[in-house]
Amino acid sequence: MDLEKLKERVLTLAPEAELEENKQFLTFIIPTGKLHYIALKLKEDEDTAFDYLFCQSGTDMGKYLMVVYHLKSTTHDHSLVLKVKTEDRQNPSFDSVCDIWRTAEFHEREIFDMLGIWFNNHTDLRRLFLDDNWVGFPLRKDYQDEVNIVEI
Amino acid sequence: MKEVIHTPVPSVEEEEYHINMGPQHPSTHGVLRLVVSLQGEIVKSLKPHCGYIHRGMEKMCEKDTYPQIIHLTDRMDYLSAHINNHAVCLLVENALQIEVPERVKYVRTIMDELCRIQSHQLWWSSFGMDLGGLTCFFYGLRDREKILDIWEETTGARFLQSYYTPGGLMWDIHPDFQKKTKEFLKYFRKKIRDYEKILSGNVIFRERSRNIGVLSKEDAISFGVTGPSGRGSGFSCDIRKHNPYALYDKVEFKEILYHEGDTLARYMVRMDEMYESMHIIDQLIDNIPQGDYSAKMKAVIKLPAGEYYQRVETARGELGLYCISDGNKTPYRLKFRTPSFSNLSVLDHITRGLKIADLVAIGGSLDLVIPDIDR
Amino acid sequence: MKEEDFRDNKTLESFKKTGEGILLTTIDDVIDWGRSNSIWPLTFATSCCGIEMMATGAPRHDFARFGIEVYRASPRQADVIVVAGTIVNKMAPVLKRLYDQMSEPKYVIAMGACAVSGGPFYYNCYHVVRGVDHIIPVDVYVPGCPPRPEALLYGVMQLQRKIKLARITEAVKIQKVK
Repeated sequence: MDLEKLKERVLTLAPEAELEENKQFLTFIIPTGKLHYIALKLKEDEDTAFDYLFCQSGTDMGKYLMVVYHLKSTTHDHSLVLKVKTEDRQNPSFDSVCDIWRTAEFHEREIFDMLGIWFNNHTDLRRLFLDDNWVGFPLRKDYQDEVNIVEI
Repeated sequence: MKEVIHTPVPSVEEEEYHINMGPQHPSTHGVLRLVVSLQGEIVKSLKPHCGYIHRGMEKMCEKDTYPQIIHLTDRMDYLSAHINNHAVCLLVENALQIEVPERVKYVRTIMDELCRIQSHQLWWSSFGMDLGGLTCFFYGLRDREKILDIWEETTGARFLQSYYTPGGLMWDIHPDFQKKTKEFLKYFRKKIRDYEKILSGNVIFRERSRNIGVLSKEDAISFGVTGPSGRGSGFSCDIRKHNPYALYDKVEFKEILYHEGDTLARYMVRMDEMYESMHIIDQLIDNIPQGDYSAKMKAVIKLPAGEYYQRVETARGELGLYCISDGNKTPYRLKFRTPSFSNLSVLDHITRGLKIADLVAIGGSLDLVIPDIDR
Repeated sequence: MKEEDFRDNKTLESFKKTGEGILLTTIDDVIDWGRSNSIWPLTFATSCCGIEMMATGAPRHDFARFGIEVYRASPRQADVIVVAGTIVNKMAPVLKRLYDQMSEPKYVIAMGACAVSGGPFYYNCYHVVRGVDHIIPVDVYVPGCPPRPEALLYGVMQLQRKIKLARITEAVKIQKVK
């Protein structure tokens, strides 16, 4: 499917989606409420068939927290990037996509561990790398840790 | 007469217990803790506990410059150290749109393929050792030393060299590089037949690996299992073919695919990949052009603001670097999408219903390197 | 290592107390000779230095000729623990438990820059223990990132020198530099 048709398809599924210009892949910022619906449709429709989630990452952009999904289709060989944002730093949460792509189980646990973002309907959301009683989320920009970090 | 009181004794089938294959274990290839829930000897489920080698590399990258990040990626998946370095160099070069000299591309491709052969040799040694064949350990490591000699002569270190820099190489190759590589290829082509006689043709090995740990193609795609583990299930995911970099679009090689998805298929993919790597090096080793060993780079490297994604094919699968830059000399956020992270998530799914001894074989065939998972 | 250096223990004399009788010193010598020439390590490798440790056991730099014949998987049966690789906060209690489970006399070799002092992960890292001597007492430090197999063999030979000084009544104590 070429880029124009892909753009139209995403905009049909979510008219409020914003397209980001000049990026390496076709990138959309989609509303958080429609994340699960759009992801399921993109995977199940035969002409988009995005069955391979190759990277899911979380970032602290200062004002807001963001989760980025990099998708690819193995049959049609096209790629897409979806982003969701939230300004709520106290209790950020998104819908989990681990029932659509099973690789998200581990990726979402890691994002929860590092950034504190909660994923609704995840099968087993708990810390992955750090101890269960670790306080704080290291990848946030305001993470202070005088005990452990030696700064240059 | 006393009445015999019958208390119900739980039969053996009903008991389920958890054992801990703890972080220190001879066959988990690093510090991975598996809490295995067993019924008799059958595995009912297993939970991996990671983080015993979590060094916080992504946080460190936010304070390190791009040449310093190369040294960190070395230590992430230390068996594909060159290929990890290559990913960072390509990220910088593509973002700044710098064209590296042809000589650099030839040397980088040859070094990457030597790295792949070396990683598969170590994998074969430890896989054989886990299944009980200690001979494999000695044979594999003896032959791996020849590659380490070639590297030591050119780069100065046996292991974890950080030889690539953004723009090219750290210094030029040694004059004997081509001669030694050709000798190694001739030597190893004979030795790999021994490997096949020891393990591939061995009846015990075949019984322990055929139809064990079957992973279907849809599951491989859904779990994101790439590399030889994914190609053993028929998932065509070789980045060298789909998104070629360096000289991979100019050399001729096959992408190895097997469709059974069991341990034996994953094993055969890696053995065949060693042949393909040797074939790639054969095509390149005599034609290294003269020229510079590095393009001209500024002293301080700053990537323009934006997002970049670079992917390479390491010996374990697809390594992705997702970089968000805000124009400074350090990245704002650098995320490593490592192959072993996704490969581990499938271990629970394919081991259900099998025995503990099969768990060891499956873990070995997935070729996990634990610092790659934990970064 | 030069042979005269290997046989010379003057630099380690400060660990020795006043001598004991002839019979005990001869028994000491025999026991120390036996112990130093057959040190069996525990299989413990966290990260990259573990591969160099495996390479030291490989046919090229075989360390079975130094007495390290087999690796023991259980800490109860091992003599030395070669801490190869980075130790992080989550792994530290595990390492302490392993060390406690080993039986006397036990020795520790800290291999690699990460085990000696935190290595490349010293700065800006929230989860790394900066040097394994924060957790367990170390006998020999082998620096390098990763140290060459020959460097590890040199470290093992230093440990052998140290073991030869032990007495039947007390093990070699580590002196902290004030």
